[in-house]
Amino acid sequence: MAADNTIKLHYDVPNDDFTRAGEASSDLKGKLKQMGISPDAIRKVSIALYEGEINMVIHANGGYIDAEISENGLKLVLCDTGPGINDIVQATQAGFSTALEQTRMLGFGAGMGLPNMLQNTDDMIIDSIVGVGTTITMFIKM
Amino acid sequence: MTVSDIQKLLNAKVLSCNEKLNMEVTNAFASDMMSDCLAFAKDANVLITGLCNPQVMRTAELLDIECIIFIKGKEPTDSMITLAQNNGICVLMSEYCMFETAGILFKTGEIGGATVGC
Ligand SMILES: Nc1ncnc2c1ncn2[C@@H]1O[C@H](COP(=O)(O)OP(=O)(O)OP(=O)(O)O)[C@@H](O)[C@H]1O
Ligand SMILES: [Mg+2]
Repeated sequence: MAADNTIKLHYDVPNDDFTRAGEASSDLKGKLKQMGISPDAIRKVSIALYEGEINMVIHANGGYIDAEISENGLKLVLCDTGPGINDIVQATQAGFSTALEQTRMLGFGAGMGLPNMLQNTDDMIIDSIVGVGTTITMFIKM
Repeated sequence: MTVSDIQKLLNAKVLSCNEKLNMEVTNAFASDMMSDCLAFAKDANVLITGLCNPQVMRTAELLDIECIIFIKGKEPTDSMITLAQNNGICVLMSEYCMFETAGILFKTGEIGGATVGC
């Protein structure tokens, strides 16, 4: 694929709509499948993006996702204007969660999302400012 | 073992994808936390859960889990069933609670665990 063959996709993640969280991940998974990307890479993308999408809904107030598929792999940018993350190192530790009981009742809030995203990506950068928002950039080789 | 075998063992109701009853399944994961499924259910093609919301279907879809077993008393809504149907996921409703459902399948020796890192 030449550099100008980069495919760009944009998804809006609705504010506070838990039912719809995961729609972007599902759509992107379908597109990667059609493109003949390896099941192993698709699985990593699906897990990392879905965790990120859920976080945008349960910890922030939605936002958007930009995906860029190129020769080397997939770049995902997840951007929200939520409360931000105070201590990023702490947030990426397995088991750390600020999720409320109501989130746990929905099946999330084990503090496994960020560690799982790190596990399933080749590169991941968390930019967050308290009171401004969080932007997570992930790269997965394909 | 096939999904049909599971259906008989659990006396389960089939709620979607009847056409998938002959599908072979090998590994199961049981949890009410989708976080844990996403982190640990490495080789699962069956998910046993007491959580009942659309994210169960999404989790299964994204992990390529083709069979969900809802434990006793958990009844998915029509829109959840449609989501499963559209994604080719066979949904069963077990007569048994979590412990019994998992135990019955484990005892056959034909369904293994699916965990990684724990
Ligand atoms: N987009 C975000 N905006 C604000 N805070 C976030 C965001 N994403 C994560 N966090 C913070 O980092 C913590 C850890 O996130 P992580 O995804 O690992 O766990 P969790 O979402 O709490 O639970 P799980 O992912 O297992 O469902 C969260 O509890 C929250 O405090
Ligand atoms: Mg999370």
